[in-house]
Amino acid sequence: MAVHFPIALLLTAVVVEALNLIRQRPVAGDTAFFCLRLGAAGAVVAALLGWQAGSHADYVGRAAEMLETHRWLGVGTAVGSVAVAVLCFAERVRPGVWLRRAYVAGLMLCGAAVSVGGHFGGMLVLGDDYLTSAIPFFQREPVSLASVAPTGTVDFVRDVQPIFEASCYSCHGPKKQRHELRLDARHLSIGGGRTGKAVIPGDGEHSTVVRRLLALDKKKSMPQNEDPLPIEQIALIKAWIDQGANWPESATVADATIESHWAYVKPERPAVPAVESPGWVLNPIDAFVLAHMEAEGLSPAPEANRATLLRRVYFDLIGLPPTPAEVNAFASNASPNAYESVVDRLLASPYYGERWAVPWLDAARYADSNGYQFDGLRASWPYRDWVITALNRDMPFDQFTIEQIAGDLLSDPTLDQRIATGFHRGAPANEEAGADPEEYRIAQVVDRTNVTGTVWLGTTIECAQCHDHKHDPITQREYYQIFSYFNNTPIETRYAQNLVGVEFIGPWLQLPDEGVGRQNAPIAMGRATSTTLVMVELEEKRTTQILMGGSFLNPGEQVEPGTPSFLHTLPQDAPPNRLGLARWLVSPENPLVARVTVNRWWAEFFGRGLVESRDDFGTKGEAPSHGALLDWLAVEFVEHGWSMKHMHRLIATSSTYRQSSQVNAEQLERDPQNSLYARGPRLRLTAEMIRDNALAVSGKLNRKRFGPPVYPQQPPGLWKKTAGAFRKLEYLPSTGRDRYRRGLYTVWRRTSLYPSFVNFDAPSRSSTCVRRLRSNTPLQALTLLNDSVYVDLAAALAVRIMRAPNATTSRQRIDYGFQLAVARHPNPRETDLLHELYRNELNRNERNPARARSLAASLRPPRGINVLDWAAWFYVATTLLNLDETITNG
Amino acid sequence: MHMLGGPSQLDLLDYKPMLQQHDGQPCPAELCEKARFAQIRGHPHLLGTPYAFSRRGESGTEVSELLPHLSEVVDDIAVIKSVHTDQNNHVPAQLVLHTGFFRYGRPSFGSWVVRGLGSENQNLPAYVVMSSGVFVGAGRDLWSNGFLPSVYRGVEFRGGDEPMFFLSDPRGIERADRRRILDAIRALNEENLETVGDPEIATRIAQYELAFRMQTSIPELMDLSEERESVREMYGAISGEASFANNCLLARRLVERGVRFVELYDGGWDHHLDVFGNLPVKCRQVDRASAALVKDLRQRGLLDDTLVIWCGEFGRTPLLQRGGGGKKRGRDHHPDAFCIWMAGGGIKAGLTYGQTDDLGYRIVENPVHVHDLQATILHLLGLDHERLTYRFQGRAFRLTDVAGEVVPGILA
Repeated sequence: MAVHFPIALLLTAVVVEALNLIRQRPVAGDTAFFCLRLGAAGAVVAALLGWQAGSHADYVGRAAEMLETHRWLGVGTAVGSVAVAVLCFAERVRPGVWLRRAYVAGLMLCGAAVSVGGHFGGMLVLGDDYLTSAIPFFQREPVSLASVAPTGTVDFVRDVQPIFEASCYSCHGPKKQRHELRLDARHLSIGGGRTGKAVIPGDGEHSTVVRRLLALDKKKSMPQNEDPLPIEQIALIKAWIDQGANWPESATVADATIESHWAYVKPERPAVPAVESPGWVLNPIDAFVLAHMEAEGLSPAPEANRATLLRRVYFDLIGLPPTPAEVNAFASNASPNAYESVVDRLLASPYYGERWAVPWLDAARYADSNGYQFDGLRASWPYRDWVITALNRDMPFDQFTIEQIAGDLLSDPTLDQRIATGFHRGAPANEEAGADPEEYRIAQVVDRTNVTGTVWLGTTIECAQCHDHKHDPITQREYYQIFSYFNNTPIETRYAQNLVGVEFIGPWLQLPDEGVGRQNAPIAMGRATSTTLVMVELEEKRTTQILMGGSFLNPGEQVEPGTPSFLHTLPQDAPPNRLGLARWLVSPENPLVARVTVNRWWAEFFGRGLVESRDDFGTKGEAPSHGALLDWLAVEFVEHGWSMKHMHRLIATSSTYRQSSQVNAEQLERDPQNSLYARGPRLRLTAEMIRDNALAVSGKLNRKRFGPPVYPQQPPGLWKKTAGAFRKLEYLPSTGRDRYRRGLYTVWRRTSLYPSFVNFDAPSRSSTCVRRLRSNTPLQALTLLNDSVYVDLAAALAVRIMRAPNATTSRQRIDYGFQLAVARHPNPRETDLLHELYRNELNRNERNPARARSLAASLRPPRGINVLDWAAWFYVATTLLNLDETITNG
Repeated sequence: MHMLGGPSQLDLLDYKPMLQQHDGQPCPAELCEKARFAQIRGHPHLLGTPYAFSRRGESGTEVSELLPHLSEVVDDIAVIKSVHTDQNNHVPAQLVLHTGFFRYGRPSFGSWVVRGLGSENQNLPAYVVMSSGVFVGAGRDLWSNGFLPSVYRGVEFRGGDEPMFFLSDPRGIERADRRRILDAIRALNEENLETVGDPEIATRIAQYELAFRMQTSIPELMDLSEERESVREMYGAISGEASFANNCLLARRLVERGVRFVELYDGGWDHHLDVFGNLPVKCRQVDRASAALVKDLRQRGLLDDTLVIWCGEFGRTPLLQRGGGGKKRGRDHHPDAFCIWMAGGGIKAGLTYGQTDDLGYRIVENPVHVHDLQATILHLLGLDHERLTYRFQGRAFRLTDVAGEVVPGILA
């Protein structure tokens, strides 16, 4: 009342005088004067009352700013209306043109002030949309800072910095500092710019950042001249400040503190934490994991049942399933070390190297073809065999690294050490007619540089190819210093001599046939198989120049070999070649290499890394979920002679790993990704394992190791659809037992990968891959149901089930088949389901033998077998090979 | 529709009287002095076109006699004469066009789109790829999901008996037999789900059911005998054949069923040798069907919601590449200026956009980089190329890498 009444009176005066102006005839001067006098008196009262009320109100940000405006407009209106009333009185006493003009102008000003002030008042009390909220068209969800305030802890790097980056750094970042403010380092943000402290830890309300983001005034509102940020983002920033503006040093883009990013500091062995239930702890891994669980109020799952655990560890260590005999032996072994001795046996198995070669070959982008348009075949499989052998021998990782990057530069290198350098010959080579050999040589050197960064440093150095790295402390100059180490190998392609075209010219390494002991096989365009691709150092070194904008046509300043300054120093006497680089990479001083490596292994076992961004340990990578554990593992790895098997043993024998993977809805809700490891891993098998498992289960697996790639059956005509067809490249399916070799021996042609592998997420290996995805698609169902390879194996499994040792009943056969497929015995219900399927199909076949015969005609079971019975078992076998459990590790 | 190898724009859509006039003369030095050709060596000569061009339709778009059917739909299409790329070799140029980056490893155009738009059909893949002729180029990497989840990968459909790998049940297994096997798999998977509780098992059960439905829906889709004779005739499609014409008709059937992204590759456009012998053959294989696709979509009222694009990874030089003892005249790769056409989905119909110089060598008006083209296409699909991003290796990646601007001039 006290407020609205004077507003009405003042506005009436305005209207009356406005009417007078239009009609040029002062009819209601008295009315105006009356209203004005009363209104002015009321305004003074209202302003006093309002000031009082505003002092007790609790407005924040934009609203606080509105309150200020509203208050002063109110005071101004009160003072102004009194002044106008005086003018009006004066004009009435002594009429005059100038006095009248001054009075009318003053009155109009008062009217405007009343309207604006009233509008702010309305917004303050009733909300921004008080004018439009009653009109249906304008209605929207009521939004306020409090209603969208985040509930949990706000993480600066994850939640806030991306907003700053997207909306603030262009004016308040490393390059520009409008009003002397920069928001890319904590101390600079707190210090603030010309308009005060941008961030006041613990007080979001009064932090300029929040106030400016909420400001209405165009001149003050941020981001300047752009739409305001979504209210949710402002709420995040405010909550982050309220929570103390925690700003990890590593996330400071601006200054030198970037070097203290956790991953750039050499790990030290952390103390093993004390836990409430030490009984669960079998080795330090468990203590770290359990400490986290306990902090989160979780407790570990019980150990997995013996069959499931055995199957899990078989796949993880050798990539093959245990036989029913092995399962039974383990189940009945009461020795307290039964499990540990299984792990030791598997670590010593020759199949261990085959299983663990696969992720390494992904990283090495190893393939049996050159890539690009023609994608001609190449012989580099001796390198693949070298990897298997080295892993089986548990070659220390530092030596493993040095031999692959610079084996040829060791003094008096052995044949194997030269073969090992095939790692960096994995870079694709372009034989396309018209592909400038120099351009693609550079592309290969770039690839080698980038892959080295990803695999050994977990760092995205490729970002520094065209410009200094935006987030990590790598300059473009440093990029080309690493590049220069790889810039001294011979060119791999050249313009063909007589025709338009480009040909692949090596370099190859001749292998002595007897020394390697591998038989010849047709591969790689008429070249004998006794060659492999290796790195060779040119006598005369190339000069390396920074390539401006990454373009080989735009060379700049010359650089010498060197390593990035933010990492450990390169020894003075390090040779300026790949050998120097390789030794530097595996120096115990390197803060990254051990962490990056053990993290990748951890992810193989658990499906996620301790650092989930396995390829980026830089400032933009994800923070480790268990940083102390990662550091402990990294230090243990180096101090234990860089032994991969030692680390795998630690992981596989931990309580953490042995947990059951069973999960209930509540646990799923709590930790869907299992990032706290309060249950065991349950992962879909890899493309190769799915094949190997089906081969093993059906009894067809050919365990022969090493040698040239093999060609399992694939849909016909695939290679004819590629440009390789011009070069008469044909896919000739292997015959005999070579059809049943393990997946890793399958020919890897980059542009036309074996389709069953593609469907199970195998990478093309055209570029490095340190993280295979695991999808779950209908194409996978079709592959297992219909790929002739799997149909063939189901037919074989049917025969194997029929010939089950010591089985006399069909239920016993089902039990055997089930155990073959998933290691455990079926429960009664599962047996019933399969038995019903079997009985039904057998009945059908007996009623209509033609069905079974047509199946037998295409799948050819062994002669003399009861075809009707076999066809029924084929249905059971197909079912078993398609179970989710069969293609999962447990 | 991607014409692998790079069709000759100078013989199809970019008519240059001046080039004709100077046919056989040495190329002006300022044009080709610093040029890096893929295959041309020595100082090159200009090469005109032997084909007649005329202005067609109400729009008066200039089209070569090699494209009589496209001539009939010029008022529905927009010809862009000023597209350019940075890459001069097939694989990198195809990669940059499809993934925004010239090296391997990034997600394809279709994967981005499907990620942005989702799928409208639960019985078919959201992103389908078909090809005709020999595939010269980057192959699978052109429809790869890159670092995106693999559900966004393009699925290859093929002509012939088995339109997709592993789609047909093995011989001796009928549909009802398959159903009984699936019922058993399902029952056992459900049993396991109950014990283990892993939601991946539920997903797998659903995927097996979808697989079963796809085994019916895909052959149905691929069965062109369902189409009226006149429609097949319009495309030049022959039931059961693996051809570009069939693929065009299949593309319409896919689009009709809500498949979001369909790409048809056609091999054989890399005419270094004997362009005037080979190009008419390719045009006969492609012209009728590609124009029919536009007509058919329009007749069915689908053209407004469908964006049709016809392009190669680059164009061909206005310069002669000698071969075959000097008798077979060809054209080399030309990334500096080439033509594409688009139809439907929000483009300005009847438009001719951009212009090259008198010899068709360089762009003189309204250049459209492939990144601009990508930004524009995403825009037409309702996606903002700067916001359709994915975090990988510590930064946000997008289709247009770090460039690209929507070209307002070609929007309706």
